[in-house]
Amino acid sequence: MLDVNAAEVQVDNLLEVNNIEVIYNSVILVLKGVSLNVPKGGITALLGGNGAGKTTTLKAISGLLASERGEVTKGSIKYRGDPIQDRDPAETVKSGVVQVMEGRHCFEHLTIEENLLTGAYTRSDGKGAIADDLEMVYNYFPRLRERRKSQAGYTSGGEQQMCAMGRALMSRPETILLDEPSMGLAPQLVEQIFEIVKSVNEKEGVTFLLAEQNTNVALRFAHYGYILESGRVVMDGPAKDLRENQDVKEFYLGMSDEGRKSFRDVRSYRRRKRWLS
Amino acid sequence: MNEQLAFTIEVFLNGLMAGVLYALVALGFVLIYKASGIFNYAQGVMALFAAMTLVGIQNGQVPFSHLINAIFGTDIHKFGWSVHSFLAIILTVFVMIALAWAVQRFVFRHLVGQEPIILFMATIGLAYFLEGVADLMWGSELKALDVCVAEGACLPQGMNTWLEATTYDALGYGFFIDNLDIVASIIAALLVVGLVMFAQYTKQGRAMRAVADDHQAALSVGVSLNFIWILVWSLAGFVALVAGIMWGAKSGVQFSLSLIALKALPVLMLGGFTSIPGAIVGGLIIGVGEKLFEFLIGAPFLGGATENWFAYMLALLFLVFRPQGLFGEKIIERV
Repeated sequence: MLDVNAAEVQVDNLLEVNNIEVIYNSVILVLKGVSLNVPKGGITALLGGNGAGKTTTLKAISGLLASERGEVTKGSIKYRGDPIQDRDPAETVKSGVVQVMEGRHCFEHLTIEENLLTGAYTRSDGKGAIADDLEMVYNYFPRLRERRKSQAGYTSGGEQQMCAMGRALMSRPETILLDEPSMGLAPQLVEQIFEIVKSVNEKEGVTFLLAEQNTNVALRFAHYGYILESGRVVMDGPAKDLRENQDVKEFYLGMSDEGRKSFRDVRSYRRRKRWLS
Repeated sequence: MNEQLAFTIEVFLNGLMAGVLYALVALGFVLIYKASGIFNYAQGVMALFAAMTLVGIQNGQVPFSHLINAIFGTDIHKFGWSVHSFLAIILTVFVMIALAWAVQRFVFRHLVGQEPIILFMATIGLAYFLEGVADLMWGSELKALDVCVAEGACLPQGMNTWLEATTYDALGYGFFIDNLDIVASIIAALLVVGLVMFAQYTKQGRAMRAVADDHQAALSVGVSLNFIWILVWSLAGFVALVAGIMWGAKSGVQFSLSLIALKALPVLMLGGFTSIPGAIVGGLIIGVGEKLFEFLIGAPFLGGATENWFAYMLALLFLVFRPQGLFGEKIIERV
């Protein structure tokens, strides 16, 4: 009995995205009906190439679209059952969803520590709790403790990625939308960043929705994956299955039975997942 | 002590004082530009509006009295009371906050993410609109601004006589500086220290700097841009009020007050658009520079009136050799 309950909690969807369509500047259709579920306590990966719509999906969830003149024109986004599309980003952060943007976006002229403290902007639970969390972030990212007095603009790419993630953690989020953490980082550092994601997920119970181009790494750390292509979800499944999938291997991991293929021969993956299938 | 040298020093000091006033206006520009990337052409008009509101409240004028009289055929102009300066200043601060809110709510909220040039155009529109509103609200006649209505001396008096006497005793030459200028400098210094402390050590100040750096990222961590922008416009409104009081007390509250914005431009080019200390130092350099230039070179050799253009020439030189200004944001670039 207890086990059944536990299983139910496991598949409890924290975030539900239902067939959303996103249009930028009232003319550019970027998402053409994306649906996905993010289970509580899991790491869900959102995969796909450039321009597939990964970032747009994350921004639709966090509410950052509005500041880029984009809007969700169809479908719904629900967090814990409440609709959150078109919400003010500050409200979304307060309800526990925070986005780590692609390309770090640290506050260059603020020190690392000030960056982290800015992450706690929405909190009102007192200086003590914030100081504790600052300590927690420094424990996950010891490198940041060493650099805490330097201006973020002068730190390395890896340190900035850590800073951006630490800053998000400072808001005590339930869910982190992590956009392209591997961008521009050395493979060793990518591995390190993902290890930290994993331990934050396990120890702090933070749910992750992770947009990545690096399919290989993402599928190793994620529990479930969605593959996007030109604004649609074309495939989804448990990460383990996706890793074994022939098509994924061929199109995204560059492996196939007939050895390496020229990129010219690779057709883009077209099978659509129908909305009511 | 050499008479000529002493006189030069006096000109220098007077220049410093004038510089403080330029710096005050420039400060308002910097605040808004830094936080929102908007070059606020209306800053000068805001100073005018603030000063007019202050005088209006002090004298117990009925706002929009001309309009009301025209519509209802009444003949009211004054409430018949006068408000103590201190209270009037506080009320004016509230008016400026309301103005900041309105500007944000009705103009810039709808222009989020637009090109800088469009935002700039919006502020030009705002400037003329505000000028019209100020006119409509308080009338367009020249008003004297006296920050001491009832009690007599609210501004500390006699500092200049003290200074003159002391320097005369010490150096054999009494420096004469306008009392108002001394007060203005002290207030400006306090204002700047206050602003810097606010930006550096408070949560909202930190958020303000964060927004200035990267407003997308600030948005993503839950900073409300609307709130920060209202905050910044309120601060700029407050600075405009202080500038308006100082200039108004010096030369009366009239429409030419809005033109001090033009004097702030070279200050900004010199100091950099993004630096609070830059605005101060830039203001001082321009103030001292134009007074000394006029005194040493302009008047004897160029036929005078160099004060009108000196600042712009200096700014032009700076634009050529150091476009980001003396203290412009260090451009951080990593590869």
